[in-house]
Amino acid sequence: MMNINTAVENRNQENTQKKRSQWFEVWRRLRKNPIGMVGLFIVLALILTAIFADIISPAHYVEYLGRVPAYEYQDLRNRNAFPSAEHPFGTDNFGRDIFDRVVHGSRISLQIGFVVVGISMIVGVIMGTVAGYYSKITDSIIMRIVDILLAIPNILLAISIAAALGAGLINVMIAVGIGYVPFFARQVRSSVLSVREQEFIEAARAIGAGDVRIMFRHILPNCMAPIIVRATMGMALAILSAAALSFIGLGIEPPIPEWGAMLSEGRRFIRDHWPSTVFPGLAIALVVFGLNMLGDGLRDALDPRLKQ
Amino acid sequence: MYKYILKRLLMMIPIIIGVTFIIFSMNYITPGDPALLALGEAAPPEAVEALREEMGLNRPFLVQYAYYMINLLQGDLGLSSVTHRSVFLEISDRFPTTLALAFYGTILSVLIGVPLGIISATKQYSIFDSAATAAGLLAVSIPNFWLGLMLIITFSLNLGWLPPSGLDHPLGWILPIITLGTGSAALVMRITRSSMLEVIRQDYIRTARAKGQKESIIIWKHAFRNALIPVVTAVGLDFGFLLGGAVLTETIYALPGLGRFMVDSIRTRDFMVVQGGVLFLAIAFSLVNLAVDILYAYIDPRIKSQYK
Repeated sequence: MMNINTAVENRNQENTQKKRSQWFEVWRRLRKNPIGMVGLFIVLALILTAIFADIISPAHYVEYLGRVPAYEYQDLRNRNAFPSAEHPFGTDNFGRDIFDRVVHGSRISLQIGFVVVGISMIVGVIMGTVAGYYSKITDSIIMRIVDILLAIPNILLAISIAAALGAGLINVMIAVGIGYVPFFARQVRSSVLSVREQEFIEAARAIGAGDVRIMFRHILPNCMAPIIVRATMGMALAILSAAALSFIGLGIEPPIPEWGAMLSEGRRFIRDHWPSTVFPGLAIALVVFGLNMLGDGLRDALDPRLKQ
Repeated sequence: MYKYILKRLLMMIPIIIGVTFIIFSMNYITPGDPALLALGEAAPPEAVEALREEMGLNRPFLVQYAYYMINLLQGDLGLSSVTHRSVFLEISDRFPTTLALAFYGTILSVLIGVPLGIISATKQYSIFDSAATAAGLLAVSIPNFWLGLMLIITFSLNLGWLPPSGLDHPLGWILPIITLGTGSAALVMRITRSSMLEVIRQDYIRTARAKGQKESIIIWKHAFRNALIPVVTAVGLDFGFLLGGAVLTETIYALPGLGRFMVDSIRTRDFMVVQGGVLFLAIAFSLVNLAVDILYAYIDPRIKSQYK
């Protein structure tokens, strides 16, 4: 009895060690990749900015009004101001500090990125796994749905859904998220097809594992590398699409400091006041660039075979 | 060959039906009563109800969809609630501008992307290669609507070289084409590079080198031709995304195309136009992909011979 217990313990220990070394290996490879590391740095900076937005741009206390968040505080004597020590990015046409608004906007973009990718990844992964595992009719039905969604260019699908649902944060997330389901579904399906035929799946089936267990416990963990890469780059695309929707008036509406909506407002003053269009767009570009670089680095680090 | 084209055409039909179903559903769930919109807020409720009955808005969902399809096959996408003209006519008036813009954008992306991709591949791991990769990631990260605004600020407002909006002057095309083509040039470059890298490592390229063939002939005649298939796929897909991206580009430069019309319709809540435009562009996208598939057969005799 004693011996068996120690043997099991030993094996468990071996497993955890192996797991740790696998992720350590990924980290080691990522660390050597300058593009990936710059991306990681930008993404971490974004996350920290979002978390500490209230410390970076603290709320103002105004007589009679009380606490006013930094992104709503209006310095009415300083409208459409240009960058200065007081307002590093200048102010917009309501006299709101553009730097404060960009800082707080990171929260919205980050939320959109995580939620959109979360929704579309879960739905897409389930669809792709089921399609790849069962093949035949189930596969055909799911993949035809995927084909139909892919037949509509992404931004147009998002416009169509957002027009039907109306503006607002949740609706934007749904509108953008549906468009990314097919990408995950396709990716996962092709990975599942290649894993499905391997011997350890046969072995799992032989010891009586059910379909659901085989799919999510045995097949899916072996398809994670491309999913992680796609999720990182999908987050970049989701932030871009959401900003585009807000820009054309279908997304998040002012006065919420969403970067696309800020651009849309600032655009009216493009002739006289460049800061209102330059800085929000710069923020979008930087964040999306960071996520793309991180995705690129992760692709090389997670699976050297994927390296193009 | 005809068999192949026929098969592709037949495969397109269920996809297009699926697309119409999605767009119809979006129309259906859009808030707002079309009958009320047509008659105005002040109309008596009986008249609105009568019009609802006449317009078939009281019928079940699937029956309404059937009527929608019958009308669609006759080129009837409903009436614009703003101009009271046929949505189909409004769209087809403006579509040529959008098509032209997407077409020029595609040409620009090929002219930039293909040569850069080839050079990157032939000088893999050189400084040029890394710089091109980083520049490519940056180009896909910049939101094209922001790039458009920055180009206007720089080249129209500050330097005064190019008109900031409209197509009254032929020079008016330049900024929109650059705005639209930059991102896809990066994608084309990426695909060209990876496709070339794969081909260059093959034996027949080594054979060509061994027999003393000139490097330029090896690259352009032996390698590039065989690397072309993924590039053509990417260009075809890109064209579809450019049709979508044109929506934003046209808005920024106030071009008289379908995209700007759709965005204006979002502001006036004329959703028949928005959904009709999305449907129109999605079908155009499907047709482009069909054309690309047919093009394969001309580029690659191996595919052609399968369908003799």
